[in-house]
Amino acid sequence: MNNILTILKKELARFFGDKRLAFSSILLPGLMIYIMYTFMGSALSTMFESTEEASSLYAVSVPASLQETLSSQFSITEVEPSQVDALQTDIENQDANILVVFPSDFDEAVAVYDSASGAAAPAVEIYYNSANTDSSTAQSVLVSILDQYESALANKFDVNPGDPSLYDLASDRDSAAMIFSSMLPMLLMIFLFTGCMSVAPESIAGEKERGTIATLLVTPVKRSHIAIGKIIALSIIALLSGISSTLGTVLSMPALMGAASDNMNIGIYTVSDFLLLAVVILSTVLFLVAVISVISAYARTIKEAQSYVTPLMIIATLIGITAMFGGGAPQDWFYYFIPLYNSVQCMSAIFSFTCIPVNALITVASNLIYSVVFVFILTRMFNNEHVVFGK
Amino acid sequence: MKEILQVEGLCKTFRLSAKQQKLEKTHDKVRTAVDHLYFTANEGEIFGLLGPNGAGKTTTLRMLATLIKPDSGDAIIDGSSIVKAPDQVRSKIGFLTSELKLEDFFTPNYLFDFFSHLHQVPEETIQSRKEQLFTRFGISPFAEVKVANLSTGMKQKVSLAISIVHNPDIIIFDEPTNGLDVLTAKVVTDFLLELKKQGKTVIVSTHIFSLIEKICDRVGIIIQGKMILCDSLTQVCAGKSLEDRFFEIYAETVGEDA
Repeated sequence: MNNILTILKKELARFFGDKRLAFSSILLPGLMIYIMYTFMGSALSTMFESTEEASSLYAVSVPASLQETLSSQFSITEVEPSQVDALQTDIENQDANILVVFPSDFDEAVAVYDSASGAAAPAVEIYYNSANTDSSTAQSVLVSILDQYESALANKFDVNPGDPSLYDLASDRDSAAMIFSSMLPMLLMIFLFTGCMSVAPESIAGEKERGTIATLLVTPVKRSHIAIGKIIALSIIALLSGISSTLGTVLSMPALMGAASDNMNIGIYTVSDFLLLAVVILSTVLFLVAVISVISAYARTIKEAQSYVTPLMIIATLIGITAMFGGGAPQDWFYYFIPLYNSVQCMSAIFSFTCIPVNALITVASNLIYSVVFVFILTRMFNNEHVVFGK
Repeated sequence: MKEILQVEGLCKTFRLSAKQQKLEKTHDKVRTAVDHLYFTANEGEIFGLLGPNGAGKTTTLRMLATLIKPDSGDAIIDGSSIVKAPDQVRSKIGFLTSELKLEDFFTPNYLFDFFSHLHQVPEETIQSRKEQLFTRFGISPFAEVKVANLSTGMKQKVSLAISIVHNPDIIIFDEPTNGLDVLTAKVVTDFLLELKKQGKTVIVSTHIFSLIEKICDRVGIIIQGKMILCDSLTQVCAGKSLEDRFFEIYAETVGEDA
């Protein structure tokens, strides 16, 4: 037991004593994600904001019926028909955004027009430049105003009039749960995997590469103690790295999702949800570290270890995506024996409040059993001279 | 005199890759590195394994240190079998070779404590022993310098100190003075003699005749994985210099094979 602790402490001292290593594998991922997502979020919102300012509209003979609606969305500059050509050139050169030309007798013409007559309907012409974002956004706003006006003229029935939120019966809690349960399992899986991948090859293949593992192996310490000590230490580090990335994501959510994030409050989950999640994550990290450690022990160098682990990372990501499809986590218990898939579905179920305790138990227990099996394999590998000294 | 080490028919073969087979124009899939090796070492003596490169010295010592397993045969170190009780053997020996590296990131001070803990040395003993060994080798001023920043000689001295944190009775050194300058080499050989004075048994491997002549009580000559001659230094030399005797023996042996 003491030896496990000694090995564990050394691994942690190695990691946390090296400020650069600790920074790059724990703080950096979270920080990068936070900065990236926040930047993406603000970039997105400025794109939308810019459309609101750029709402100057040149118009020829604005009809009285539309005056009010249009001026609520645009600042209207009335122009003479003679200026149309000059403005078209301006729009082409992106100096002006949009020009709308109404027939001078628009209201009367619309009132007398009979759609059954087969005659040409009164036409409104909108000149815009699709290569200019502001111009094309203004165009779509304008078109939708005109479409609404047109359907209001022949109003036979309404669909969901008034406040739309009256009709969507999903509670805020449910819609948030749906988003969390489809996205977070995959993100967590990627973050945890990246965390494991940044430390395990370094600690095991790295020690092999540098020849320091043999020094450890001539001591009377049991190989299994070395394996357990290393795996626990690496799990702690990988977990911290995963937590940092997750925090980065959660904290940048308001900036990224904008107004939509108002409903996305992780406060909808209870302490017991989080505890269950923590246990599932813990068992997943143990499993991942154990697998990656065995692969790293097989590899001769850190680089080799990383290239062996990469396909596994892709598989883990793909399994993470399964949380987005298939109408929620499966109920049948036997699915929860499949490593990685069990963790992803279990996390998804926790986020959507549909977790079945037995399935969570199977997930955690089977992950632990698989980890023990891999610790056993790692121990065997440390005992194998071809693995330790193989060139 | 008590025999503290009995090597009983150790064998070790390595697989040859197809490329190596072609290179050496042979169809043998395996190469015998150590071929039914027998020898003994007595308590309190310095025993030298002498042989050319590739004779199987390092392989033999690695087997004694339980880093690799023999294909057949066994060796009993102070009553423990390297095959059946490798854990016991590891706690009885100190093993040092240039292949055993220390982690660059840590300081000699940290590593000394770390390996002492792995050897279950009591805390009070660790401190006194550390002070004693660090002073003996002049490590003290560098005790808090990362191994990466130490000179080659200092690294070797730190490795030496760390290989004997647990005060083992049997010390196995593979090429103890290789790559060291004369001053550091002298520190090492002096220390080996000092260990002998303390009643420890030292097994060294080397291809340097002067080292054997200077420190060894008994010597075993290994050529092509076989023990050709194993006796006290005076018996082996038989009045000649060790170097002359070695070339005679080598010519006889390889001549026979050819």
